[in-house]
Amino acid sequence: MPELMQFLFSGVTVGAVYALVALGFTIIYNASDVVNFAQGEFAMLGGMIAVFAVSAGMPLPLAAVVAIIVTGLIGIGLNKLAIEPARGAPVVSLIIITIGAAIFIKGATKLIFDKQLHRLPAFSGDTPIQLMGATILPQSLWVIAGAIGVFIGLWLFFTRTLIGRAVLATSNNRLAAQLVGINIKWVMTLAFSLSAAIGALAGVLITPITLTSYDVGIALALKGFAAAMLGGMGNPKGALVGGIVLGLLEAMTAGYISSQYKDAAAFIVILMVLFFMPQGLFGLKSTDRV
Amino acid sequence: MLTVEGLRSRYGRIEVLHGIDLTVTSGEIVTVVGANGAGKTTLLRCLSGVQPVTAGSITFRGEAFTSVPAHRRLKLGLAQAPEGRQIFTNLSVEENLRLGAFLFNDERVHRDMENAFNMFPILKEKRNQVAGGLSGGQQQMLAIARALMGRPACLLLDEPSMGLAPLLVQQIFDVIQGLKALDVTVLLVEQNAFGALSIADRGYVMETGQIVMGGPAEDLIADPRIREAYLGI
Ligand SMILES: Nc1ncnc2c1ncn2[C@@H]1O[C@H](COP(=O)(O)OP(=O)(O)OP(=O)(O)O)[C@@H](O)[C@H]1O
Ligand SMILES: [Mg+2]
Repeated sequence: MPELMQFLFSGVTVGAVYALVALGFTIIYNASDVVNFAQGEFAMLGGMIAVFAVSAGMPLPLAAVVAIIVTGLIGIGLNKLAIEPARGAPVVSLIIITIGAAIFIKGATKLIFDKQLHRLPAFSGDTPIQLMGATILPQSLWVIAGAIGVFIGLWLFFTRTLIGRAVLATSNNRLAAQLVGINIKWVMTLAFSLSAAIGALAGVLITPITLTSYDVGIALALKGFAAAMLGGMGNPKGALVGGIVLGLLEAMTAGYISSQYKDAAAFIVILMVLFFMPQGLFGLKSTDRV
Repeated sequence: MLTVEGLRSRYGRIEVLHGIDLTVTSGEIVTVVGANGAGKTTLLRCLSGVQPVTAGSITFRGEAFTSVPAHRRLKLGLAQAPEGRQIFTNLSVEENLRLGAFLFNDERVHRDMENAFNMFPILKEKRNQVAGGLSGGQQQMLAIARALMGRPACLLLDEPSMGLAPLLVQQIFDVIQGLKALDVTVLLVEQNAFGALSIADRGYVMETGQIVMGGPAEDLIADPRIREAYLGI
């Protein structure tokens, strides 16, 4: 039993990170139907920038804020330099552009920073908390709280605010969005900055537990993508649940089968979803035009 | 209110508008009729700024309009209910209407929505349903109502009667005629020439990217060439 609890805790922790990455996917997808594979790089950037800000002498909270803001600006840059000029190209081309951007960001990070593994101090110390016969790191609680907080914020944004609905409207019908006075370029800028900032937050929160380096982005993007697919692309609730379920699957696979097979869980999930329920758990029923 | 001079537009290398001249005066209902592929939709797309203009000019309420970005044109008073309705299919009826008033955040939004529901009571019944599930006629009503939520001085309507049952066509034309009382000037594009000319003050006839005739609607209805070509009489 304590063993199971332990796996649950670690599953929920990584799951919360996947959920955060998946939530980042959700925003850009909602605004543009583009799956942004540079999403994992945002998480990597968040961690790396925070690490170097701390080593430059900044207090941790300030370093975290700086990392999130700088990554948000990089998200805007990605949109302005790579996505906006290619607007009008098929969505598949735009997705390939994001893959190219991911490779570029990774390479640039390697050059600007370095190839080492880095760690960040935990926010509230490293003393494990005893809970139901197992232990959990205080940092895990930060990660979980971060995922829940971002989820609630996004859910309110999309369902309760006019700007959130304008983002949904833009992806649903770009022509009509312009006709009602929505500046779709601005919506894209908003989507990229918000989703880069959320990715960076994920990176900052998880680095004290998993460490970071220039090349952690791709794995995070794939796991976040699997989580978003599982939950139903575009749905914040789906991203949250998909992330947690994937994290739990991984933890159980690692615990009861072998940690060698842990990463296979994500790929099996992607394949199963594609084959058996392409809409995911909470996917919007796509209502066709009459 | 609206003046178009020498307007040209193309898709890729193919020019489809070859110098359109047209005016709409405040308070009028003006219609542009013409066959399939004449360029009517392209003209309205140019007016709304979602289609590049290669030559000519658009003046709206005295302001040069030709290079104003699409999303700013509604703020200046020009709305469009586009061809094919183009409603937000994934959002609810009420959300569609609210987004029609995206530029506004005052108590009038609520009143305008009630007015829209009075104009089209079926939309009130379905206010919380997903708009993609509406029938064709209901979607058309929603498209018009959404455009009116933007408080336009001038409304462009692209084939609002397309694909609708005769009873609904009549209802839509009645609503358009009623816009006069709301101080909304109308530019109505239609293949249903008879219906459009019956409610319009003036009309233009468009053929392969050019205006070939124009004048008071009753003259056009009476013109033998029009009767033969467009009214099937
Ligand atoms: N996206 C496009 N790409 C290329 N050519 C187009 C495009 N849209 C329209 N055309 C062409 O431009 C011409 C004018 O089309 P337009 O849609 O403006 O006509 P219309 O008068 O609105 O016709 P309808 O009554 O069928 O709606 C047609 O020859 C059409 O084939
Ligand atoms: Mg047309």
